[in-house]
Amino acid sequence: MTAPFDVNDDSVVVIIGTGAGGGTLANELAQKGIDVVALEAGGRHLPKDYINNEWPSFSQLAWTDMRTTSGSWRVAKDFPNLPAWIVKAVGGSTVHWAGASLRLQDHEFRALSTYGALEGANLLDWPVTLAELEPYYDKAEKKMGVTRTNGIPGLPGNNNFKVMKAGADKMGYKECHTGRMAINSEPRDDRASCQQLGFCFQGCKMGAKWSTAYSDIPKGEATGHLEVRENSLVLKIEHNADGKVDGVVYQDKDGNQVKQKARAVCVAGNSIESPRMLLNSASSMFPDGLANSSGQVGKNYMRHMTGSVYAAFEKPVHMYRGTTMAGIITDEGRHDPSRGFVGGYEMETLSIGIPFMAAFLNPGGWGREFASAMDNYQNMAGMWLVGEDMPQESNAITLSEEKDHTGMPAANVHFDDHPNDIAMRNHAYKQGMALYDSVGATQTYPTPPYPSTHNLGTLRMSEKASDGVVNGFGQSHDINNLFVSDGSQFTTGGAENPTLTIVTLAIRQADYIAKQMSEKSI
Amino acid sequence: MKAENEQALNFIKPHTGLAKMTRRELLKRSAAIGGSLIVGTGFIAGSSASWAMELKSLSPDTMATLVQMARDIYPHDSMGDEIYAAAVKGHDDKAAEDADFKAMLEAGVESLNAAAKQMGHASYLDTGWEAERTEILKSIESDTFFQTMRGGLVVGLYNQEAVWAALGYEGSSYEKGGYLNRGFDDIKWL
Repeated sequence: MTAPFDVNDDSVVVIIGTGAGGGTLANELAQKGIDVVALEAGGRHLPKDYINNEWPSFSQLAWTDMRTTSGSWRVAKDFPNLPAWIVKAVGGSTVHWAGASLRLQDHEFRALSTYGALEGANLLDWPVTLAELEPYYDKAEKKMGVTRTNGIPGLPGNNNFKVMKAGADKMGYKECHTGRMAINSEPRDDRASCQQLGFCFQGCKMGAKWSTAYSDIPKGEATGHLEVRENSLVLKIEHNADGKVDGVVYQDKDGNQVKQKARAVCVAGNSIESPRMLLNSASSMFPDGLANSSGQVGKNYMRHMTGSVYAAFEKPVHMYRGTTMAGIITDEGRHDPSRGFVGGYEMETLSIGIPFMAAFLNPGGWGREFASAMDNYQNMAGMWLVGEDMPQESNAITLSEEKDHTGMPAANVHFDDHPNDIAMRNHAYKQGMALYDSVGATQTYPTPPYPSTHNLGTLRMSEKASDGVVNGFGQSHDINNLFVSDGSQFTTGGAENPTLTIVTLAIRQADYIAKQMSEKSI
Repeated sequence: MKAENEQALNFIKPHTGLAKMTRRELLKRSAAIGGSLIVGTGFIAGSSASWAMELKSLSPDTMATLVQMARDIYPHDSMGDEIYAAAVKGHDDKAAEDADFKAMLEAGVESLNAAAKQMGHASYLDTGWEAERTEILKSIESDTFFQTMRGGLVVGLYNQEAVWAALGYEGSSYEKGGYLNRGFDDIKWL
């Protein structure tokens, strides 16, 4: 068959979401000749459409459908209906991601064995090792064109990086460079090289940054085996009398409910929407939601330990000029419990413009102290602190009392920091402020976490069916033709930005699904 | 957040001011001077007459107080009143369509003036020191009036391109070929 496919064609694989997981998987399967219907809740925006202006871009790209929050995290107070800053568009959050592409470390796949049991933490080892993933990490880095791999040069350092590097040297940090970035430092794969626009988070107008929106998706479509249906919001996944999933009900662009039949279904709607879909798909056979015999669907929500440090200097920095996150210090990424916490964190350059700085520097803040910080904007440098947070069963996506515009229960996102998260954040703030002080900062601003960009772990991988939702290939323990293909699979979070690992798992999952299909197992 | 975003989109539209007038013409039409502003019938203007803003709904005194309050919430001494006036103009537009909203703003301004009187000043605008005005604002910080003003300013003030320029933020660079040849790595003082 050639795309487009009929809604009654039950031979297709349906993928829900077209971001790092879904978009990659869709292309990988299509390249193997497997017919795919990818359902995308958002519209299609390409580089020429991206807006280099923070609020209008947010309006164009962000997921702003109804969500609710609870728990002691500050986001619940400051942004009660915006728990996460993620994208609703073809390409998902690969449209606005920063491009940092780091492999997880070996020990991070063995978090329980390495860290031991921590009170309140629901730690577990992944059912997959770094060694097993390495060949797929290789493929992902090659696909995405990650700098400092495959002979691709690093990006040049911008002003924000130069401040970081000078501070790193003063601090005695050894590993500081312009990052492993899926942003072209030279033209590659029919995409231009980075022109230092400074708007990585608003979609790369050069197309220099890898995104499924204009990399994998069009390649998959060119095979004739992939149909992407935009503005198609999935409401629920349905199953047959044998307990196998047999299709997906979605609301199409005209507001009609449509059922697309399927041979297999892959869920990749990000770690908030993916568990919500499974919970909203509860039936008489699966009263607690699909794939939920373990009771772990929606549980162990992770968002990475995060925070930022901005610092003001006597003279201009202009941190916003150039690649947002092309700068990293990895020295604190190690596991070293002598620092007072398990796991590690990365320090990465970060800049936001005046509109977002006003919203996120100190939400709710006002008065001369706040205005003075804003007055220092052009003399500011900034870094993001991102580390491993502890999975906790009580941190969870559940169905909210509130409904979204389709009438389906919205997701509620509950989050409390674990004491380990707090200890790590305090350490990271201290190091980040000391780094800037070492190069002459006149003020430092330890900035609270933003709405979550790294949403992980709500449908986690586990060796045993009782501990998690999917196996090491992202296949549901309960329903063998139902897969999870996004960051929800993560058993634990690691310290690294997750996109490279999501892409890696998707490439590997494509091989597995193709094998299972040829063996008629699914 | 969504509301702020909608405001952002409203605020980036150009504002309609009065036609340029000389200071003499403005003063002829004006009733009083509130703080650094000229307050006239249906308008407020800068004391140098470099700008003026026509009002749809709020009284000029109310608007002048909101402008002062906006400055006190996010005090940037290098920025003129026209920037703060533009930042709160959306409230006048909304007040024209929403009587409850208008009443809320007017009651809020009255509460500021009442607090100022308790301190021995004629009004909030007549309270000379920022520290005293800040004290008044602190006392109503959790009220809807204050939170509406502060929340609106996050976007209404800081999403103005004039404010970006004043704070040294150059914004979009794509049209100019990016920052690659425009100083992305020009730091010299390190």
